[in-house]
Amino acid sequence: MRFTFDERTYEGRPGDTLAAALLRNGVRVVGRSVDLGRPRGVFSAGPEEPNALVRVGADPMLAATTVELYEGLAAWSLRGKGRVDLAEPAGRRCDKGYLHCDVLVVGGGPAGLAAALAAGESGARVILVDDQPVLGGDLLAGRATLDGAPALDWVAGVAHQLAVLPEVRVLTRTTAIGYYDDNYLTAVEKRGSGERLWHLRARRVVLATGAQERSLAFPDNDRPGVMLASAARTYANRYGVRPGARAVVFTCADSGHEAARDLAAAGVEVVAVLDARDGAEITGTTADGEGVLTGVRTRGGGQFAADLLAVAGGWNPVAHLFSQSQGRLRFDEELQAFVPHLSAQAERSAGACRGLYGTAEAIADGYAAGSQAAGLTGFAERASHHIPDSDERPPKPPAPLWVMGDDPATSFADLHRDVTVADLQRASGTGMRSVEHVKRYTTAGTGADQGKTAGAVVVGVMSALLGTAPGQMGTTTFRPPYTPVSFATLAGRDRGALSDPVRTTAMHEAHLARGAVFEDVGQWKRPRYFPLGDEDMDEAVRRECDAARTRVAAMDASTLGKIDIRGADAGEFLDRIYTNMYSTLAVGACRYGLMCKADGMVFDDGTTARLGPEHFLMTTTTGNAAAVLDWLEEWHQTEWPELDVRFTSVTDHWATVAVAGPKAREVVAALAPEAAELAFMRCVETPVAGVDGRVFRISFSGELAYEVNVPWWYGAALWESVLALGAVPYGTETMHVLRAEKGFAIVGQETDGTVTPQDLGMEWIVSRRKPDYVGKRSHARPDTAREGRKRLVGLRPEEFVEEGAQLVAPGGGEMLGHVTSSYTGAVLAMARDVAPGDRLEAVSGGRTVPVTVVEPVFYDPDNTRRDGDPVERVGTVGEWRPESPAGRFAHRFLSASSERVRLRELPFVRMWEVRGRDPGQGLRLGPAWWLVTGDGGREGWTDVSGQRTVLELSGPDAVEVLVTGCPIDLHPAVFPGYAQTLLGKAGVILERTAPDVFRVYVRSSFTGYLAEWLLDALSHPGSGSSPPSR
Amino acid sequence: MMLIDCPHCGPRDENEFTYGGQAGIAYTPDVDDEAWAGYLFMRDNPKGWFHERWFHAHGCRTWFSVHRHTVTHEMRPQP
Amino acid sequence: MSHPEFLWRNPEPKPAYDVVIVGAGGHGLATAYYLAKNHGITNVAVLEKGWLAGGNMARNTTIIRSNYLWDESAAIYEHSLKLWEGLSDDLEYDLQFSQRGVLNLAHNLADVREGRRRVNANRLNGVDAEWLEADEVKKFCPVVNASDSARYPVLGATLQRRGGIAKHDHVAWALARKADAYGIDLIQNIEVTGFEMVKNRVTAVQTTRGRISAGKVALAAAGHTSVLAAKAGFPLPLQSHPLQALVSELLEPVLDCVVMSNAVHVYVSQAHKGELVMGAGIDTYNSYGQRGAFHVIEAQMAAALELFPIFSRVRVLRTWGGVVDVSPDASPIIGRTPVDGLFINAGWGTGGFKATPGSGWVYAHTIAHDEPHPLAVPFALERFTTGALIDEHGAAAVAH
Repeated sequence: MRFTFDERTYEGRPGDTLAAALLRNGVRVVGRSVDLGRPRGVFSAGPEEPNALVRVGADPMLAATTVELYEGLAAWSLRGKGRVDLAEPAGRRCDKGYLHCDVLVVGGGPAGLAAALAAGESGARVILVDDQPVLGGDLLAGRATLDGAPALDWVAGVAHQLAVLPEVRVLTRTTAIGYYDDNYLTAVEKRGSGERLWHLRARRVVLATGAQERSLAFPDNDRPGVMLASAARTYANRYGVRPGARAVVFTCADSGHEAARDLAAAGVEVVAVLDARDGAEITGTTADGEGVLTGVRTRGGGQFAADLLAVAGGWNPVAHLFSQSQGRLRFDEELQAFVPHLSAQAERSAGACRGLYGTAEAIADGYAAGSQAAGLTGFAERASHHIPDSDERPPKPPAPLWVMGDDPATSFADLHRDVTVADLQRASGTGMRSVEHVKRYTTAGTGADQGKTAGAVVVGVMSALLGTAPGQMGTTTFRPPYTPVSFATLAGRDRGALSDPVRTTAMHEAHLARGAVFEDVGQWKRPRYFPLGDEDMDEAVRRECDAARTRVAAMDASTLGKIDIRGADAGEFLDRIYTNMYSTLAVGACRYGLMCKADGMVFDDGTTARLGPEHFLMTTTTGNAAAVLDWLEEWHQTEWPELDVRFTSVTDHWATVAVAGPKAREVVAALAPEAAELAFMRCVETPVAGVDGRVFRISFSGELAYEVNVPWWYGAALWESVLALGAVPYGTETMHVLRAEKGFAIVGQETDGTVTPQDLGMEWIVSRRKPDYVGKRSHARPDTAREGRKRLVGLRPEEFVEEGAQLVAPGGGEMLGHVTSSYTGAVLAMARDVAPGDRLEAVSGGRTVPVTVVEPVFYDPDNTRRDGDPVERVGTVGEWRPESPAGRFAHRFLSASSERVRLRELPFVRMWEVRGRDPGQGLRLGPAWWLVTGDGGREGWTDVSGQRTVLELSGPDAVEVLVTGCPIDLHPAVFPGYAQTLLGKAGVILERTAPDVFRVYVRSSFTGYLAEWLLDALSHPGSGSSPPSR
Repeated sequence: MMLIDCPHCGPRDENEFTYGGQAGIAYTPDVDDEAWAGYLFMRDNPKGWFHERWFHAHGCRTWFSVHRHTVTHEMRPQP
Repeated sequence: MSHPEFLWRNPEPKPAYDVVIVGAGGHGLATAYYLAKNHGITNVAVLEKGWLAGGNMARNTTIIRSNYLWDESAAIYEHSLKLWEGLSDDLEYDLQFSQRGVLNLAHNLADVREGRRRVNANRLNGVDAEWLEADEVKKFCPVVNASDSARYPVLGATLQRRGGIAKHDHVAWALARKADAYGIDLIQNIEVTGFEMVKNRVTAVQTTRGRISAGKVALAAAGHTSVLAAKAGFPLPLQSHPLQALVSELLEPVLDCVVMSNAVHVYVSQAHKGELVMGAGIDTYNSYGQRGAFHVIEAQMAAALELFPIFSRVRVLRTWGGVVDVSPDASPIIGRTPVDGLFINAGWGTGGFKATPGSGWVYAHTIAHDEPHPLAVPFALERFTTGALIDEHGAAAVAH
């Protein structure tokens, strides 16, 4: 395998890490230190690497010890800081996955393998994650034997047994990075050129994360050639790389002797093995012109020529995940290390990560942990497992040593952040007593390695300086992630168009075809205007307004929230929610209403119609639809459960076109003859071009206007028919101009959460007859009832003023209010202490525009336009063809499907939502809520046929697609057959109709998003970790 | 990501739910300004067990209350 | 950066002080400093249950700005910003205060309207503010994704050039050093467990290290204020929530201003040493756990990459959570309490760091004179009864 480092070409071997390959090629200096610019070499063989941080391809900074070599890899040395490519590198794909299990085992070394096997054999669902490409953990680095055979034979045997257990899933190249509440762990799996972020929910967790060797501080301990002894041994044994030619081994523990033995066996000349327990001490090192190690000096005048100094400072259990789980550590005096003490979650540690360093001990502990975890999750524990005999000698305690020699200024505690023992001494001199302060003062432990090798040294040195014990000193908090994780990995597939669902109406394709310019309103895309030719916005809006004022124009109003409200107490409920009366509303009539939050401030507005004695339809603003439904359900369920009232969202069921203008009646007459002569603020359920429809005669423009509703599948046909009948399409900008001319406020534009109905000049809508409504009490508070609050006013500016301009008295002074809406001919503002005729100044940017306060009505104050023109000519309507929400995806679904997984939209079916009494059929979605499919709708059921469409995902890989975005457990033994949950960022009903057939019910407006999301998932097949590639 | 036991749907991830704050706050509009300010704004904020409401917004749309410890995040139907 | 050789003593608590400040975070330390400097009150103890400035002061994203919408907010934050501008000199410590400019991005027409409204209000209030059109945003911050086709297109931004960042630890240590030099006792690992009162007047605090008499007691405990107030017997309109933040690995310079986006809950800057510092929105539930849920971080990173696609391969090094005390109107509560001699300064929510010197200044005045500093008057507890809130939700939903 060829690769380049700093533009020079080298040869490595498959299975090498980049660090191993660099050492194989004799590259000693792999970077410079961040502050001092000192040369640095490979220090470790794992994620704890503080020195060998390199730029790899477009990755700004990776530890070379964690990068698997691939053909053509290009890497560059750094000076302790990553370098960002200013062009976003393409070709990397990250995604996510959600898995559930009985027992999660973290770590594939001897303890973890034993735990996974014991749990798996009991029948538990087990997931084993390990960060390496192959299982074995520390056994990969050593030459130990088990029962007289190489230990890796034992590993292979266990791996095989795990592979045939159907409920065991092994994830290699997968690093567990975070441990959160309720046994929720995150793990990053390397997959080709990208990564998958796994979300793992486990009933029990076994942590078998092993131990990391710690370093020691001594003069010039940072030279290339100084390396952890365990790393030197790993390079020799696992990679067949000699990390040096002549080695000195310095050790505080037995592991140094093992390393010396293995280095010698690999052909490294070991010139000295110095054991701190025998009183040995290093006083310094020497280097060549490039700073690379040439020798080691010891106390007593010893001097050894060497190009490798292997340092074994003792071991630290890897307790990061345990600590993240809120578990408590204790300091073990014998091991001179912090070990897990009290678990906070359903978890236990096994093997080296709780200080059991021997292989046979770790295996025994792993079996015990796995059996116990299985038992605690309801599976039979197996009585005993065979513990293999190990050839290791029983370990002796390490030397409690952290620092040597007499030159603190060159004795590095934290290699990545260039923190020396002298820096620690300075910190203690300032008065700092907390290790957290020292960390911040010196930056020790804040580097890319998060102080994995430095932490123990810092604590050891500080405790000595302060005359306390390391156990008293404590550790700094272990913060997730365990290893650094890329932003893209965390974002997964929530990028670009999938970063947030785009909601679209049934007419969206038609708007695109007409060249509409869109604006974002919440998640919706709404046409802002429809330019013709090379019109700019002003020209287009002038033309659209003119059509609405003089002829007829049409807007897609489908995004308004629509809530079907039923029940004997529906009217009473609405009386309590709205500021005005609804219980007295006649059937067939509509009324505009305002609702407030309990603090009295305007929350939402809209028109609510009475369709039957116990049946209302509420409309809400586009942005507040979900919030209003939540609001209604909260008051009903938590405050007034005695009221008989039920709510069903029908926002997506109905496609709505607002038809406005003096000629609107002609358009409606052609579509729905019964509705043409509706009186103002009346509504009717009537066929529209032959399909079930509803027509409301309401106006937001002052002109004769109707809102025509048909089920989603006919929305596009309705739109085209309305335009074919002569209506000019208009967008939200024109809608705003028309309403501002009439002085109608917009919630969220004239209001900002500090505005009452009275402030809007809408006392007329606040009932004095009702005993209460939400917000009433607050309208009597001192500040809301006082004089001098800001009120809605109109302005006549001398030239154009910007929205957001602040109003002041001529010549300056306090701000009196601000301009909320500004269009040619209509300017609205919220302002205090002003009256019509007052002269003010509107200040925006550097401009000051004189304005005059006027009444906030600019057009037809006497409402003479309301009834429009009589019908003179009735056009004809062509035949309507239904269009399904996912119809335009049919071809792409087909071509993305394979033998492994198929995707299609199911044919149209009628659907009903039923609330209250059990219909005895359908999917039960809530305590008193069903979704019924089929033609037999009954009295009181709400037609939601257009609210959702049904996508079907089938085939053996269907579940593997779903787990990339569905957080619930889909295991056949657990999944109840159907559930309402999330898929990607869309709420769905998920139904399993056969072992590998799933129906996904998705709201019509989210269908485009979910279709793209599923197609994206299908375009990247394959599962399991894979070797890296560019 | 807490695992919240919905009384209808069973345990689900926290992000399927909307938080509803302290449970058991009665709506009593017929009170003086100070008591009304209490209803609007004053909520217990204990470090320890807390009786609170959740709404299964992305599931069965049921409001329910639990007791949760605000340090450990442990949840129980009753403390 | 070289720090002073000496910062603070580690004294044992004395039996009595004129003023006991509960909480040695940024606000508590600033209050102590200004009590001594402005009012000559030095017989003061600052009691900290953990390590000094180890709460939100150690966890925040260090953004400093004063471009708030309402007059009352602009006044107190601008007062604070003016103090920041002289604070390194005043404290004789390099606070790495960098006025690199703070952008607040607008992604839809409502954002644009609110942004302009705030800019105009700021300018009339003497707070520097500019409105940038989309192309000017691109010029000011070239690495932001200004493409029209972005899911959250950048339609413009407000810019406060005097806004920026500072090094939070330096600020805390500098204040602590000066307070210590005035003879104020900074005492760590001491927790207040109760208050002694005589005729509704506080006379002492009970602590894990014994009773300490106090002429006056000033709470400066951020997320834990409710717990202390409950011990003193009065309720507060505060809820404590987790707020999470993160840093990347060290990077060569790539971003030289502060970018905030309320709509997508992202705020990011690059610290002097090179790490990107980012914050998220608050977790919705009450918690004192100093940790939040991971999905909040995931959502934040997805949103951040829409704004900065070039950061896709940058790696998150550490995430953490603080406990923020959120008031109903996202504005602080400063002043007297129902207990005589007991003062409160809380409710800064997600935005307390920027207020550190200003808050300490007005709080010290309030304590010293037994009546609110003029800038603190509108922030009294009574506003929740009258309804005269200072509602900063509308224009600055992410109030960092």
